Amino acid sequence: MNSNLHQQRIMDILWRRFVIVAPYLWLFIFFLAPFAIIFKISFADPIVAQPPFTPLFNFSVQADKWFYFTLDNYRFLLEDNLYWISYLKSFKIAFISTCLCLLIGYPMAYAIARASPVWRNVLLFLIILPFWTSFLLRVYAWMGILSTHGVINNLLISIGFIDQPLKLLYTDFAVYVGIVYSYLPFMILPLFANLVKLDFDLNEAAADLGATPLVIFRDITLPLSMPGIIAGSLLVFIPALGEFVIPALLGGLDTLMIGRTLYDEFFSNRDWPLSSAVATVLLLILVLPMMIFQHHQINETDYQE
Amino acid sequence: MNRQRSTFLITVLCFGYAFLYIPIIMVMIYSFNDSRIVSVWGGFSFRWYLALLDNRQIIEAALLSLRIAFISATIATILGTLAGLALTRMGRFRGRILFTGMIVAPLVMPEVITGLSLLLLFVSLQDFIGWPGQRGATTIMIGHITFSMAYVAVIVQSRLMSMDQSLEEAAMDLGGRPFRVTIDITLPIIAPAMLSGWLLAFTLSLDDLVIASFVSGPGASTLPMWIYSKIRLGVTPDINALATIIITIVSIGVVIACWLMLRQEKQRQQDAQLAYKNNL
Repeated sequence: MNSNLHQQRIMDILWRRFVIVAPYLWLFIFFLAPFAIIFKISFADPIVAQPPFTPLFNFSVQADKWFYFTLDNYRFLLEDNLYWISYLKSFKIAFISTCLCLLIGYPMAYAIARASPVWRNVLLFLIILPFWTSFLLRVYAWMGILSTHGVINNLLISIGFIDQPLKLLYTDFAVYVGIVYSYLPFMILPLFANLVKLDFDLNEAAADLGATPLVIFRDITLPLSMPGIIAGSLLVFIPALGEFVIPALLGGLDTLMIGRTLYDEFFSNRDWPLSSAVATVLLLILVLPMMIFQHHQINETDYQE
Repeated sequence: MNRQRSTFLITVLCFGYAFLYIPIIMVMIYSFNDSRIVSVWGGFSFRWYLALLDNRQIIEAALLSLRIAFISATIATILGTLAGLALTRMGRFRGRILFTGMIVAPLVMPEVITGLSLLLLFVSLQDFIGWPGQRGATTIMIGHITFSMAYVAVIVQSRLMSMDQSLEEAAMDLGGRPFRVTIDITLPIIAPAMLSGWLLAFTLSLDDLVIASFVSGPGASTLPMWIYSKIRLGVTPDINALATIIITIVSIGVVIACWLMLRQEKQRQQDAQLAYKNNL
């Protein structure tokens, strides 16, 4: 009887261990550890071999040095304008796109939050639905709309607004459209989750006391919805900064975003150490926004508990 | 004043939803275009759909993608559910902050970084332990499991936090072992969340281009990789047809899943009310 109880205890502890350790270990090996490897390889030289970079440690007899590392990749990043331009342009595009998403998404989230419960479910479902359907194909859809003989140009020419088709596809403009279009649900959902919890009695009380709608919005709704604004903006900004598919399909040759530069460096130039250095710098840029995001998520969940 | 505001809000909603849906609808319309030139309407036809059926490459790529999506969604759901349980039911444990970080970060991590880092991991592992050998379906699955388990974990976690914990506590008080309580009480309650997690993981895997491009090897070309290689050069009518098929299937699947979950939720509420009335 006693040993039975003992066995059960051990089972309980093993179960607890398993629940924590299994996902932990998986993420540690396949998510966290690889960053250390990126970091390591960013200090190597590219060589023509398999794999195409010099080892950091070399213990074989032929090796003249057992430890070899170089800062050349980082020096190259600093010297070559291509990377500066790519980082800055990514930052600019991600930032402006985030602002546009906020401008479009906020009123939409607000309207959905104020709708009747039945409408709310339908409207919310219609926001989530495109998020489930293929990202790649939704970006592709814009190629057909923006191209020289696409829907917009055909329409504008047929109503006589323009004579010559406008160059819309393969421009920065197309990239903005693509990012705002693809990431709008990521902005609306956290904003909605926040706005729907707001107590609208506060607004009514303020209105009764003579506050104008603008003042109510500025002094009550906006400050209270700050957590939603932060979460939504980071959910748009961080992935947009490293976006590859959208600039590759909709952007022009001069739409140098860092995700695309990294991809080309890796697949066209086959320079693994340099791509690793590009990725390391991008990660360093993203560490701060990601920490804010994580901190924010934890705060939210603790608050709910 | 109130009317003014609601007119403004309704206008915003109309434009917003038009923005979200018109591009998809346009692709669907043009997929029935008979003309080879994408922008000119040449009459209604199913020819591009028939052309897809003849394309062996595309069918092979689609089958590979479906296989990868099915297996990776299943494993991601198991691991993601465990992660959700670890975050909500296991109290404090060492490394919890790092753990939450590793759950949250994949949600926003740019895909080029995840893809590159995983590839370099596989190359290094190959050097040290001789695994995974040939890169292909297996390595893509590992990549997909890693980022989609984070999505599952977040969905399951929010369900675990919002559910009534008194049932679990009662079962524990009656001497239920943690493992049995999880299997018999918790899992049936969070099953809808696990299902939506699985569906999301499935569609995310089916859709991924960047990570698959990095970690795939020669010969393993997924559907998004094949689509990308075609559309990089511009719009083609057969991709319009393919897009229409994929979007329609996914939309129907999501609608059915939502409807089932809503029905289950209603049923549960009715049962709860009934039980409450009977106890009065």
